[in-house]
Order: sequence, then structure tokens, then C-alpha cells
Amino acid sequence: MTLPPPPQCNVELAECVLTAFLREETQKVGFQRAVLGLSGGIDSALVVELAARAIGPDKVLAVAMPYRTSHPDSLRLAEESAAHAGVALEVVDISDAADAHIAAVPGLDEDLSEMGKLRKGNIMSRTRMITLFDRSARDHALVYGTSNKTELMLGYGTIFGDMASGINPIGDLYKSQVYALSRHLGVPQGILDRPPSADLWEGQTDEDEIGHSYDTVDAFLHYSIDRRYGRSELERLGFDAELIDRLQRRVRHNQYKRRPPIIAKLAARTVNLDYRYARDWGV
Amino acid sequence: MTLSVALCQLRPVLGDAAQNLAAHHAWLDRALEHEAGLAIFPELSLHGYFLRDLTQEVAVPVEHQVVQDLVARSRDCSIVFGFVEESADHRFYNTAVFAEDGEIKHVHRKVHLPDYGIFEEGRYFAAGNQIELVHSKHGKFGLMICEDAWHLSTGWLHFAQGADALILPSASPARGVDTDETELSSQASWNTLVQAHALFFQSWIFHCNRVGFEDGAMFWGGSSVLDPFGDSVATAGQEEELLIAKMETGPLRRARMTTPLRRDLKPELIRRQLARLLNDPDALAIEREEAAPESEQ
Repeated sequence: MTLPPPPQCNVELAECVLTAFLREETQKVGFQRAVLGLSGGIDSALVVELAARAIGPDKVLAVAMPYRTSHPDSLRLAEESAAHAGVALEVVDISDAADAHIAAVPGLDEDLSEMGKLRKGNIMSRTRMITLFDRSARDHALVYGTSNKTELMLGYGTIFGDMASGINPIGDLYKSQVYALSRHLGVPQGILDRPPSADLWEGQTDEDEIGHSYDTVDAFLHYSIDRRYGRSELERLGFDAELIDRLQRRVRHNQYKRRPPIIAKLAARTVNLDYRYARDWGV
Repeated sequence: MTLSVALCQLRPVLGDAAQNLAAHHAWLDRALEHEAGLAIFPELSLHGYFLRDLTQEVAVPVEHQVVQDLVARSRDCSIVFGFVEESADHRFYNTAVFAEDGEIKHVHRKVHLPDYGIFEEGRYFAAGNQIELVHSKHGKFGLMICEDAWHLSTGWLHFAQGADALILPSASPARGVDTDETELSSQASWNTLVQAHALFFQSWIFHCNRVGFEDGAMFWGGSSVLDPFGDSVATAGQEEELLIAKMETGPLRRARMTTPLRRDLKPELIRRQLARLLNDPDALAIEREEAAPESEQ
């Protein structure tokens, strides 16, 4: 049975809304500049294109942060992407900083298990976060996030690592929509053609790790979350029971990554529970 | 008779009445340059939309200086504006005022408070319970705020009372780029909705939406004026914009002459049917069951 296609994206409208979003939400909080990590992958390549259009390429700093095991293509494509968007690129090799963290934990460096790889990957991701937020303070530049909706829903990211940002223009776009908008904005072909990967270890690809193609996952999430199809309706669309179970469980288990930490309630008004203000209130 | 109407599609600052009041005056200056006899601002134009716990903190009674300041300004032209109103018994309303000749002609408290999706109005606001016409020197206006328009009963009650025009301030957030349509899906729904109002209630429509972002949600603007045939007279874009349109008596008469919908209203039939329904709990229970969605997780 053929599965439904992944969600469409009206690229002209999305470009218009997202550039206006970046411009307004950046300037409203008193920033003129932005900083973002450029990995050589499609998500950050899209955000840098949007950023350059929104606030001007001279106001955007891209930071490429290779680790010693990162694929050489990553840095090359990050450079190509920054050049295409017309923004400055700072290259910060995170190997020493990340290795110092790894070396500080006895046995971690030698740990080649899945958990060992994951822990080291998280350290790299959080080292990059520290680098970006330091540049944010140095340059008075807002950190733009690069997590897409598929990652956010599946929890396919490091909490307080690559999921950390000031504002995120692409968090409501599924991966397949990220591709459509990237093509529209002229993201370099080498990035469009490259299999998506977190590049935390050799040979890692998103679709291997997730266990399904992005098209399948995006179609499922779109019908399940946005269109609120129930289980029997999803099965009628062609999603099998095992896929439905696995993805629903994964979305649920990663809810914690999508929320700020919960706070033990004691007082009459508790932050985010019944002390509720828009973030824009603080402007 | 021709009335020049100004739709002030602005970007209110969240929770800052002083700054928004100053902006209202600046927009009114511009509207008056176009000889506007009526200026319309969006929903909650003095306070902003996603107020949450700020709702009670910014709320003011209609006697408050910030409201009265604009009421006084209505000596220059009639003004519709919105704010969080606190009543004498400390209820909070999403209110729109129609001010004219330095006086409040009408207060509309939003009746239908959306409390689903990204909306939380039911948590913060008390619901108004009156749908009455504004008897202005410019004609009879039906005032309805945003979600009020999604309940066709609101427009119908204005139509039945003899409205010439429906004034519709809104704060509609943008949703839906996952289609191959040329506009946002929320915008497409609204355009259908306002056109339906113009067609079915054979009235002028002045829909004034706001623009700008609050916590990531974009208000899409697109304010519009339609004539009583449902034809578009003027439409704004997605940025701040002063939209000027002329309201004339000719089209209203011709529309209602061509298709006499108002003449053929059956209010008695509706009264009888409603009375029967309200007196028969079984009838209502059956309807509710039929309307319930398929139960699934």
C-alpha cells in the first residue's frame, strides 16, 4: 500500500513569514545581529539563507565547528553555504575543548559502545552550544536555532546542545519541507544531495538511526499531529501498526526535550504553571 | 451619501497601552488626511493579543484616561478600537468601543471567546452577552470581534436588526503553509468567511486585522472591505497599512433590491424552532450525540 506523500510547503509564503519572523523577533528583543552554527547540513544551510535575507548578510555570523572526526565535506559545504548566503564564517575547531571534557571522565574515551558514542556525541553538541552562546555575548548577536520539526517531534537532537537557541525559524517545518524551502532559496546542490547526518561519528546517517525514511516519518507526523488522524485512520492511510507504535512512543518519550524543566510547585504562582506571560512581554 | 472609512492595520506593542495610544493618535492623523469619517482599529488594539497573565494587569474600566483620550479624539472622526475592559465587579472583557462626537456610542464585549488551539481567551475573559447595533450618524453598524464572526448567529442578529455594515476587528494568527494554495490557510478561511458575511447578510464588511508577531505567531493582516454584493473593494497586505475605502448607499440598496434576503427573513420560524429545541432536552441530546466525533485516541 502506498503511503501518503510528506506535507507540502508553500515556499513563497514560508519564506515571507519566516524572514519577517526573524527580523521582528530579533529586533524586538534589542538585537541587530545573529549567530548560528553551520554544519554543512541542510537545516543550518536553510537558516543562514533565511537569516541573510531577514536582517542582512553583514549582520549574520556563521560558525563552523568541526571535531577531529568530522567528515571533511562538512567544513567544505559549510564554507560553500556561508559564501552563498554572503555571510562571514568563523571556523572553531572544537576537538581540544570536547576532548578535554571526554578525558575528564574516566573510561569514556575508550568506551566504544552505543552509549559511549552517544555520550561523546552529546559532549560535542554541547561544546558547540557553548561556543555559539559565547559568540552571542561577544557580538551581542542572537543565537538562531536550526532544529526542524521532525527532529523536535522525534527528540532527535541533544537537549541543551543543538536544540538550544534564542529563536528558531524552522522548528515548525518538517524535514521534507526544509528541503523544499532550501531548493527555493538556492541552497548549494552539494548540501541538497548529501544524505542527512549529525556527523557525530563515521558513517552515521539520520535515516539509518531513525529507522524510516524522512518522507515516511514526515507523512506520519503530519497526519498524526497536524491533521489529528486517529489510529484507525492512520492504518487506513497505509501506516502499519508497528510503525505507528514505534513513532508514537518515540514522540511521547521525548516530550521532555520540548519543554523547559518542570518546577516543583509550592507557592501560589509558579513559573510557567500559573505565572504565565508571553516571552515577548519581557521586551 | 459617501463615507470614507480608514482601516488602521497596525502592530500593537504587547501590554504597552501608552505606546499604543500614541500610535493610535498618529494613525488617526493619517486617516484624517484622507478625510476619514470612521477609523477602525484591530481587536485589542490598545493592549496587544497574547496577554496571558498581563490581561488583568493592563485592564482598565471604560472611564479610564487611556480609553477616554480616544473617545475625546472621536470629535475628529468616529473611532472603533479595542482594549481589555475591567467591569465594576472585576470581570475582564475583550471589548471594542465605538466612539463618536466625543462620546461612547456603543460597547461590544466579545461574545464568542476562542479557547482552543493557540487561543486561551476563555481562561482570561468573561464573555459578553449582547449583540446590539451601533446607531451612528453614519448609519447602523454591527460590531463583532474576531471569533464572533465564526458564529453566523452574530452576523444574522445584526442583519435582522438592520445593520448596513459589519465592523469586524480581529487578531488572526497565520497558520498553514502546508498546501499548494497561494495564501495561508487561515487567511483563505477568513476570506471565505468575510465574503460569506457580505453575501448572506448583504452588508458592507470592514474587517480590520492586525500585523506583527507575538511569541512566534504572525498576525497576517489582509484587512479587507467588501460591498454588499460580496465584491472586494480594498484589501491590505501583510505589513502595517492604512486602508481607505468609500462606503456608499447605492450598492446596499441595489443588493437588497436584487436579492431581497432581509425582506424574506423568517425570525418567527427561528423563534418557534429554537423554543421547541430549548424546551426539549431530548432533542438537544440527540443533536449533541450526532455531532460528536468518532472516538479515537
